[in-house]
Amino acid sequence: MASHYEAPIRKPLVTGNKSYHDVSVDISNAVEGKANKQWWIVFSISMTLFLWGVGCIIYTISTGIGVWGLNKTVGWAWDITNFVWWIGIGHAGTLISAVLLLFRQKWRFAINRSAEAMTIFSVIQAGLFPIIHMGRPWLGFYMLPIPNIYGSLWVNFNSPLLWDVFAISTYLSVSLVFWWTGLLPDFAMIRDRAVKPFQKKIYSLVSFGWSGRAKDWQRFEEVSLVLAGLATPLVLSVHTIVSFDFATSVIPGWHTTIFPPYFVAGAIFSGFAMVNTLLIVMRKVSNLENYITIQHIELMNIVIMITGSIVGTAYITELFIAWYSGVEYEQYAFLNRATGPYWWAYWSMMTCNVFSPQLMWFKKLRTSIVFSFIISIVVNIGMWFERFVIIVTSLHRDYLPSSWTMFTPTFVDIGIFLGTIGFFFALFLLYSRTFPVISQAEVKTILKTSGDNYKKLRDKNG
Amino acid sequence: MGNHKKYWKSEIELSSDDKMIDDIKNKEFVDKLPSDLFLSDQKHLQNTNTNRRDFLKYLGFSTAAATLASCEGPVNRSIPYVVQPERIIPGIANYYATSIADGYDFANVLVKTREGRPIKIENNSKAEVKSSANARVQASVLSMYDSLRLKGPMHEGKETNWNELNKNIIDELESMKVNNSPVVLLTQTFASPSTSKIIKDFKRKYPNVKHIIYDAISESTALDAFEIAYGQRALPSYDFSYADVIVSVGADFLGDWQGGGHDLGYVKGRIPMKDKKNKAKMSKHFQLESNMTISGANADKRIMLTPTQQKIALAKIYGYISGYSVSTKLPENIDLSIKKVAESLIKAGEKGIIITGIDDVDAHLLTYAINDLLGSLSYKKDELSLIRKGNDKEVLKLIKDLNNGEVKGIIMCGVNPVYTLANSDDFISGIKKANFSVCFSMKNDETAGTSKWVAATPHYFESWGDNEMVSSNYSLTQPTIRPLFDTMQFQDCLLKWMDSDMNFYDFIKDNWETNILNNTGWNQALHDGVFKSKDKKQIKKLSYNYNVSANKLSSSESLGLELVLYSKTGLGDGQQANNPWLQEFPDPITRVSWDNYLTVSKSDAKELGLKNYNVSNGALDSNYANITAKGISLKVPVIIQPGQAKGSVGLAFGYGKTNAMKKEMQVGVNAYRLYHNFNSFQSVEIESSDDNHEFACVQLHNTLMGRGDIIKETNLEIFNTKDVEKWNSVTKVSLNHIETPVNSPDVDIWDEFDRSIGHHFNLSIDLNACTGCGACVIACHAENNVPVVGKTEVRRSRDMHWLRIDRYYSSKDSFEEDNNKKDAISGLSDSLSVFGEMEEPSTNPQVVFQPVMCQHCNHAPCETVCPVAATSHGRQGQNHMAYNRCVGTRYCANNCPYKVRRFNWFLYNNNDEFDFNMNDDLGKMVLNPDVVVRSRGVMEKCSFCIQSTQAVILKAKREGRTVNKGEFNDTCACSAACSTGAMKFGDINDKESEVSVLKESDRVYHLLESVGTKPNVFYHVKVRNTDET
Repeated sequence: MASHYEAPIRKPLVTGNKSYHDVSVDISNAVEGKANKQWWIVFSISMTLFLWGVGCIIYTISTGIGVWGLNKTVGWAWDITNFVWWIGIGHAGTLISAVLLLFRQKWRFAINRSAEAMTIFSVIQAGLFPIIHMGRPWLGFYMLPIPNIYGSLWVNFNSPLLWDVFAISTYLSVSLVFWWTGLLPDFAMIRDRAVKPFQKKIYSLVSFGWSGRAKDWQRFEEVSLVLAGLATPLVLSVHTIVSFDFATSVIPGWHTTIFPPYFVAGAIFSGFAMVNTLLIVMRKVSNLENYITIQHIELMNIVIMITGSIVGTAYITELFIAWYSGVEYEQYAFLNRATGPYWWAYWSMMTCNVFSPQLMWFKKLRTSIVFSFIISIVVNIGMWFERFVIIVTSLHRDYLPSSWTMFTPTFVDIGIFLGTIGFFFALFLLYSRTFPVISQAEVKTILKTSGDNYKKLRDKNG
Repeated sequence: MGNHKKYWKSEIELSSDDKMIDDIKNKEFVDKLPSDLFLSDQKHLQNTNTNRRDFLKYLGFSTAAATLASCEGPVNRSIPYVVQPERIIPGIANYYATSIADGYDFANVLVKTREGRPIKIENNSKAEVKSSANARVQASVLSMYDSLRLKGPMHEGKETNWNELNKNIIDELESMKVNNSPVVLLTQTFASPSTSKIIKDFKRKYPNVKHIIYDAISESTALDAFEIAYGQRALPSYDFSYADVIVSVGADFLGDWQGGGHDLGYVKGRIPMKDKKNKAKMSKHFQLESNMTISGANADKRIMLTPTQQKIALAKIYGYISGYSVSTKLPENIDLSIKKVAESLIKAGEKGIIITGIDDVDAHLLTYAINDLLGSLSYKKDELSLIRKGNDKEVLKLIKDLNNGEVKGIIMCGVNPVYTLANSDDFISGIKKANFSVCFSMKNDETAGTSKWVAATPHYFESWGDNEMVSSNYSLTQPTIRPLFDTMQFQDCLLKWMDSDMNFYDFIKDNWETNILNNTGWNQALHDGVFKSKDKKQIKKLSYNYNVSANKLSSSESLGLELVLYSKTGLGDGQQANNPWLQEFPDPITRVSWDNYLTVSKSDAKELGLKNYNVSNGALDSNYANITAKGISLKVPVIIQPGQAKGSVGLAFGYGKTNAMKKEMQVGVNAYRLYHNFNSFQSVEIESSDDNHEFACVQLHNTLMGRGDIIKETNLEIFNTKDVEKWNSVTKVSLNHIETPVNSPDVDIWDEFDRSIGHHFNLSIDLNACTGCGACVIACHAENNVPVVGKTEVRRSRDMHWLRIDRYYSSKDSFEEDNNKKDAISGLSDSLSVFGEMEEPSTNPQVVFQPVMCQHCNHAPCETVCPVAATSHGRQGQNHMAYNRCVGTRYCANNCPYKVRRFNWFLYNNNDEFDFNMNDDLGKMVLNPDVVVRSRGVMEKCSFCIQSTQAVILKAKREGRTVNKGEFNDTCACSAACSTGAMKFGDINDKESEVSVLKESDRVYHLLESVGTKPNVFYHVKVRNTDET
């Protein structure tokens, strides 16, 4: 049983005396059972927000971008803020599933499924914005390098927005494949347990004929590893490319070489916070406390604390470089961020992103469920403000003071943002009722090493 | 003959025995298809079959056909000429020389017509006087296509016809003549020799007719003063190019003072050109005024004085120069400055000039006296300006007479007294008592609404006319389009009413040929639009004791807060208030569009509780001031104006019109209500009110924040004595620890293209020559079909102007001090407080204007970021914009350091939400067919008028020649409209061209050079003549 050995000082990852069967039952519970009242309430709220957002999008596309609060000086505001925010949130999923897989972090088994689901759902939200922020979205296909009848008319490969198109579509497709590959044995498990023919039919379809043979498992492991290898660079590249939208420009406050690492750290930071937000609720509602333990929450909090510190360092580095550069426009841009008309946004960002995660140094706080939940929300508010600060405060006062102005959102700006939140939660709620929310097959692989009953047995018997 | 015509249906008819021909001839109805025959045969029908492949073919065909049918676009029918008119070639513009004389604006212009439609106005370079079209004249082309114009004559609010109108008026006139009861012709100032002659003839026919001239904004005092001094009721001309020292006491001579047009001469003396000894000369301009005007903004030294102080100051200057002692005291520092002004004038001698805008006979008398004492060369009293003739006293008497019943008939033309008179209620009650009243008007305006008969007049594009704006300088007005509506000219009507069989055209021709042309050709004069006769007027000075005037003037006393009424560059006297281009035109000084307002100094505002504040989207708001003069109150929004003299407030004419105005255009308040006794100075009382007013201001930040590389400036002494490095240094960056100029190729990350072949366009902008008049803004509007977006959208910072004129105030007393203050910042806390202070303009700031349009960067930041390559670089230096390709990500606008790109937030044409000229068929006639109208969701910006540059190139190519010198300058709407020559456009690969020469000047700099954009627009360092010596 050497392969089942784990150091006794490590805390068990599965608690509650679980057997293999228990795992199957616990995880298929949500899929097989009926939705309770709370689920319906939350789902209806999400759907309402979603429909409201759809209405706002239709209004925008039929009337013009003018229904937003933008102006001649501030050409992007909530649209791109939301885009970067959602993309950033998506990053945790890939990091957990790919990077932690390569580093053989076994605690990822309990959370990677939901984190990846979150990735896919948030990338869908993010993908909406580049399309609807266009003045003529019906011509969005111009952004694709499609051979055409206009001779040499081609996309502009110099444009970071075009890189975004490739980066995000690659990211979405790789994430989707990775996620689905991991889902195959779990769908098969539900299929095998299903009693209703309709359910059986559906789950056998989506499990792609998984048979559980040794060959299946071998291929599964190999594909997972290959996909993890493919996805790992994406964790770094996608947000790097998103940051290029700003970093390659000439606007003070955007034109910053620190942006790629700073954006990636920020993305992981917000992504982990969103995972925390979702899982803290889910473990409670779906009775998964034995799988998503305090230990998991604590580990994620540590990642939040570290990435939060990186982000904080980046903020301060930016300020330092602005001063050190000696460029007056640069200096003013950062001074204006912190003390100009949008000072409240800057200090909200600082408080939420730099100060609040530092509280995680206290063990008591980082192992508190309530506190973790609050901080996870605070961090995501802070990260939204970070993008708002970068985009709006840089644009609203750039080079020529004659163009300086301000930005205020309209109800449509707000409506579309709320709509994407609604859409995201609606998708996640549907997911939580139809998908195996924990990668049970993988959890079962660590049950004997990290299940508390087995650990206790080993303690007793050596 | 016609009866024998034979109509052939087909050639087959030739053979008489064809069966088909027989059928057609003999059977009225065609045989039915034998469908019954095969449809009734069920058995056979069931046996036929469409196999699968046939079915698919049919399906495919019908789907494709249906799809194709649904793809058909809307059909806009354009009707070709059946008989092509002579001289009209579709696609080729025709130009006609004409002149505008609407009573307020007088200018000799060229009208560009396309396929018979006038679409744009350009300067007539053949004219020696009044050759520049200001913003209002540029915009007058749109007033022609105003959908609220009168479509025909009216009688008591109902449509009538001309025969009816003429018959009735003639009857009235005849009966009045019999009774010898007085009839008054109340007209605008006509500087028209032929019109004067007609009126003279008319008076001969009807001796009971009296002619009264009425200028809405009066220059009556200056005319009266000239009459006292020289015995003739006219105005002198001024040519500021001769002046070394220019002193203006309250005269906005770069604006609309005495009809405007003084900027050309002024600017000639303001461009510092270095001579052989490497010394440059420029005039020194002192401006003593209350409101901040364009002239004050351009002045080297601006002294803030209240109206009363202006009067005393003028008396004192007279005293210093004539030696007469004027004892009235002014505050000591002002006294000192005024003494310096007088000393400068004395030193300049004949090269000095003083003018005034004070509505006071004595004030004008003193300036005439001073100029005569100096022997001023700029003071052209022999060349009379004839564009203001209004007589206030007669107008006031007329109102009395109307109410007394002494005047029984009134004929009005080119005036709108109900709107423009302070005591318009008296006028209305008077006109109601008259037996008959006729109003000649293009609109059913306030006055037309009160008069019995309304005679619809044509726009000047549809009229004949002549002018003598300055004595001996004649010009013609000719129609450029057949009248759009059932209109008749005032002069034609007068001719008809006096039973003449001539029309006005014949009359003018006859008059010119006998009295003016002196045997030179009429056709040539009509072609040129102008004619200069050699007659010289001799003006003799009458004797007058000017010391009396000085005494009267110096004893003026202030009665509290003083209001200075002025006219704005945009609307002037308000005739064109229904013109959306002018409404959206931002005021050069305040940069507020769609409004007039009370300008108040900061300290007065504080005392009175008047406030400006910005709401969350940056838009500017104010509370209201209740302003009362002689019992009449107005509720006016407020702008706190840097440079407004404490104790004075300003308010512009031309707003608050309500009749014949679209709803969007009914903005502002009518300042004429306070124009008591035609005096632009009124003492007023002001109370603040808490109501909120929303402004549409296009520039929300007023200071330059010490950013000296945006507007580089220096003073004449440094310019003359120091190295270029000292006053026009290029920013340096460290390259391998060596300071390298940012424009050096070594610090460039791009490989430079070879741009030496073909044309390479550049635009030169001289900050010394730009007065901020804004003619270019409107010219650009007209040329490029720039949409009007309305007050609420401008308020959201979404104005669409491709060309804007930024205006900055200094925060300290000068921009130089601003730069020094910023450079002296040390430490974080210091920078926080200093930048805060620098956002506030000084109480008497230096002002600078900077026209900014797309800089057409050779390394354009917008081009690299567009994902679909909708904006890319042209071979000739332009930064192109392919509207069809644009998907509207706005990334380019964000990445533009100059923020010149404009986005179509909504659909601005054919959209009832934007009910301006692009929403009705008449208004759309002004659109330039060479420039596409942009759709919603598309980015747009200055194109260097590529439609015109390419047309010039093509024309030269077709004619087998190279492009002529200067030919490109007139292709850009802005440089063509710029009469002062501040903007010059051309090809820098042509080393002979003016721009090439200008580009070599050591004053050249590029905007934000340190960003590395390599713009094709370059500016010239502003030089101020501020040294005290």
